[in-house]
Formats: sequence, C-alpha cells, structure tokens
Amino acid sequence: MFPMPVQKAAPWVRVGYQILLPIALIAWLLPLLGVAVTSIRPAGDLAAGNYFGVPSYFAGVENYTAVFRDSPIGWYILNSFKITIPTVIGAVGISCLSGFALATYKFKANLWIFFLFVAGNFIPFQILMVPVRDFSVRTGMYDSIYGLILFHTAFQAGFCTLFMRNFIKGLPFALIESARVDGVTEWKIFRHIVLPLMRPAIAALSVLIFTFVWNDYFWATVMVQGQHAMPVTAGLYSLNGQWVAAWHLVSAGSIVAALPPVAMFFLMQKHFIAGLTLGATKG
Amino acid sequence: MTTITSAPSSFWKRNQLAIAPWLFLAPGMFMFGLYVIWPILQSIGISFYEWDGLGAKKWIGFANYVELMSDDSFYTSLKNNITWLVLYMLSVPLGLAIALFLNQTVAGIRLYKSLFFFPFVISQVVVGLIFTWFYAPNFGLLSGIIKTVTGSNVAILADDRLATYGVIAAGLWPQIAYVMILYLTGLNTINSEQIEAARMDGARGWNLLWNIIIPQLGPATFIAVVVTVIGALRSFDLISIMTRGGPYGSTRVLSYFMYEQALSEYGYRMGYGAAIAVVLFLIMMIFITAFVVRMLGDERNA
Repeated sequence: MFPMPVQKAAPWVRVGYQILLPIALIAWLLPLLGVAVTSIRPAGDLAAGNYFGVPSYFAGVENYTAVFRDSPIGWYILNSFKITIPTVIGAVGISCLSGFALATYKFKANLWIFFLFVAGNFIPFQILMVPVRDFSVRTGMYDSIYGLILFHTAFQAGFCTLFMRNFIKGLPFALIESARVDGVTEWKIFRHIVLPLMRPAIAALSVLIFTFVWNDYFWATVMVQGQHAMPVTAGLYSLNGQWVAAWHLVSAGSIVAALPPVAMFFLMQKHFIAGLTLGATKG
Repeated sequence: MTTITSAPSSFWKRNQLAIAPWLFLAPGMFMFGLYVIWPILQSIGISFYEWDGLGAKKWIGFANYVELMSDDSFYTSLKNNITWLVLYMLSVPLGLAIALFLNQTVAGIRLYKSLFFFPFVISQVVVGLIFTWFYAPNFGLLSGIIKTVTGSNVAILADDRLATYGVIAAGLWPQIAYVMILYLTGLNTINSEQIEAARMDGARGWNLLWNIIIPQLGPATFIAVVVTVIGALRSFDLISIMTRGGPYGSTRVLSYFMYEQALSEYGYRMGYGAAIAVVLFLIMMIFITAFVVRMLGDERNA
C-alpha cells in the first residue's frame, strides 16, 4: 500500500493524521459549509452584518419554508424529476441493447460504431445547440420536458453504450457461445443470460446518469423558456436574480437543488464509484 | 443449422448472427444519429449561412469565419480557453495529492472519501452560486479572509484581471474531487508486492512515488487528463452563473461566446454562432482523436 499505512508509523504521525483529517475536510468543504450555515441564518443577521458568526438563532425552518412557499422551486424540482427519470430509463435501456451488440458480435463496422459513440460523447454541446433547438422548435418540443428528455436520452446513450459494452466484454463469453451452440436465439441469450448479469452495471449507470442529467444547466437554458418546463438548475438561477442579496434564501435554495443527487450518491455510493471508474478505466 | 427445410426460418437462422447486431443497435444508432451525429453536420452547414433562426438562410460562404478572424471577443475567448485548459490541469496533481492523503485505512475513512468527493456530485449551478457568495466583496468568506490578512477589499468577480481565475478556481473544486476518486480507485489496483520489493531496496517517499507508483497509475492518469481537458473546454455553466462573460467580456470562453451570439440579447446570429462552435469542435477533435487512437491501440492489444 502506498503511502505507508499510518498504523505502521510513529505514534505522533498516527495522532497527527487523525487530527489533520477533519481539519482538511473542513477546509475543503468550507464554501459549502458557509452556504449551509447561511441557509439557517435569519435575514436579520445579514442585515446586521453578522455574515460569519454563529447565527443569532436557528432560522432553518423559516428560510426553507419561505423558499418553498414564495418560489416555484417545488415545481422546478418536480420538473427535474420528470425529465431525469425517463431519461435514465431510456438511455440505460437503449444502451443495454447497443452495448450487447457491440460487445458480443464480430462485424466489420463494430469498432467504428463504437468509436462514433465514444467520440460523440466528448464533443462540445455548442456544436449541437442550433440544430437541436431548431429541430425541437419544428417538432413542437421546444419549451417542453419532452424535448429535453429525448435529447438527454440520445446524448447519454453514447456514454452508456461505452460503459455497457465494456462491462459485457468483461463477462465470460463462453456462456454466450455455449448457448448459441445449443440453438438458443440471440434475443433469448440477451434476455435470459446476459441481462441478469448486467444488474450491477445498470445500477451504477443509473446513478451516474441521474446526477449528470439532474445537474444539466446548459440544455435547460437552450430548450426551455418558461417556468412550466424549467428544471431546478435553470430555475435556481432565475430565482437568484429575484432574491438579490437575500443570501439566506439563495443558500437554502441551493441546498434544496443539490439534495436529490447528493442523497442518490449516499444511498448508492458503492454503485456510483463503481460506475465512475468502470466507465473510465476500462476504456 | 445447415439443413433446415422451412425457407423463412432457414434464412433467419442462417443470417441471425449477421442481422441481430443491427437490430440491437437500431434504437441507439437512430437516437444518437438524430440528436448528435446529424446535428454536427448541420452545424457545419449552418456556419456558411447568415441566419436569424426563423427567416430564410442566406449563403455567405466563409464570411462568418472571416469575421471571426477579426473579432476581438473571439481572441479573448480563445485566450481564456487556453488559460482554462492550462490551469485545469492542476486538478491532476492536486487530485493525486488528496488521493494519497486519503489512501489510508483508519476508522471512518470511507466517509471522509465520500465527503471529499461531494463537490463533484452537486450541480455546477450550485457550485457557481456558492463561489459567487464565497467571493462576494464585503460579506463573502474569502474576501473576509483576504481583508483580515491584507487589509484591503478585493472584488474578484468584478475585476477583469482576476475574474477568469476566480471562475477557474470554482471549476477546479469539483474537478479535483473527480480526479481524486479516479486515483483512489487506481491506488487500489496497485501491485503491492512491487511496492514492498522497492521498499526493501530502500526506496522511500518521492523516489518511490515517482518511480513505482506513478507509472502504475498510468491508466488513471490518462483518464484524469482526458476528463480534465474535456471539462476545461466544455466550461460554460460556471461562467454563465458567476459572471455572464463579464466584466467587459473578460471571462468569455468560446462556448459562452457562441451562446451569446446565437441565443442571447446580443442577437440571434445562428450562422456566426455555428462558426464559433465549429472552431471549438475542431479544437476538441484534436483531443478526441488522440483519445480514440489510444483506445484503438488498447483494443488491438486486448
């Protein structure tokens, strides 16, 4: 193991490490902690210049209630869910199929198609912006959640295919071959042999795509205009314009917007990290 | 599979292995083609037109690109993109440093690792707002600290010499967390026998890190560099949230400049915007090609 485990080091190093850990964490998360504290600070504190001190009393309930009562943030969050969940299902579903195709069949175009998915996944969004927006306007999907769902599903399919293909490549190919020899149809091989083995990959990918799509801001500003379809990222930004200098509300709103992906991360932590590294290092 | 009498079934059985992959690929290729591949070609086409997004398109050849060559904002954006790219690379050594710091097995370390990873999980919009507040003159935490130390007030995001660096620092925060997690998993897969052997030979500290550990972390470093380059060139959210390209356009990058030209109050110049996007696309293609070529090598060796 590198570096040398602290257990093997001198006692003062061990103690020093244990003390240093929480200090480093607090320093690392200082901006976030500042926001968390501000979100429970009464408005009066800010007016009186008490920005960093201990809040004069706990105003968390009143701030968070105000955010939900006086702004459409609840609606924005609902929109985010309405956009994110179908996208996760669509992109992961599609990529189970395409990943299976690219991992188990030998045909000439195989690697080319694979690299098209990989390369497409890294391009700048701006090269897609004008045509995708125009297409959505012409098909009546501009300013609706459907335009965003379809675009995100298609775009994320690139990363998901890369991920699924690499995962299936790691499965024992003999399983598939022996089924073929027994005359099992290709669809049944996929459905009954490979798909059950893909559960961990599906879980990891779902968490990952959930955070990616939830946190999207660019496409939300390009494809949506009004409140009715706006997800929470773009919504928070427009609220920021209304809450000028009301930092206790901006902070509470930020925490609310960040909470779903953070909760997702903590609930599915193992899958999330497996996902990031599986998709990455095996490429 | 060779001697089957019923004709349709025999055709299917004979060609199943050739047809099946295309059926499995069909939904993915259709969606990806419609929303990613085709729009790239369309954008390249649009960049040769003058178009407001609604009316008729007017063919103007390379005029958009010629105009771009003499547009000061374009050079500011390009310069800022390079600054982003260079400074973003700091996240690779810094991410490695934090990963090494956290690669221990003391009680509760798992929770520490997760909490260090936190900045990557939250939206860039929230990161942008957090840092705007952190930098805010008079009541921001950072300017508070700077004032205590130096006695003077600094408005980072309002100063055209500092603003870009302020935004990049905000971007580094989640990026370092991302690189850290890549290295933490990389450190897990390191060959411990080799480390012990090197220790026996008296290798310590930097020497051990540089000669034994870093070479073994090659794949993690490669991915870290790729995601960092892509992240740097894709930067948009933080600029839009923190400075809207200002002050005086000093924090624009190509992606934001393109958005301004095509979709914001600066006018609906879709053709000009598309030309900017094509330039950014070509820059990124250099990196994407390098990445794909290396992957191709790995595939051939596999």
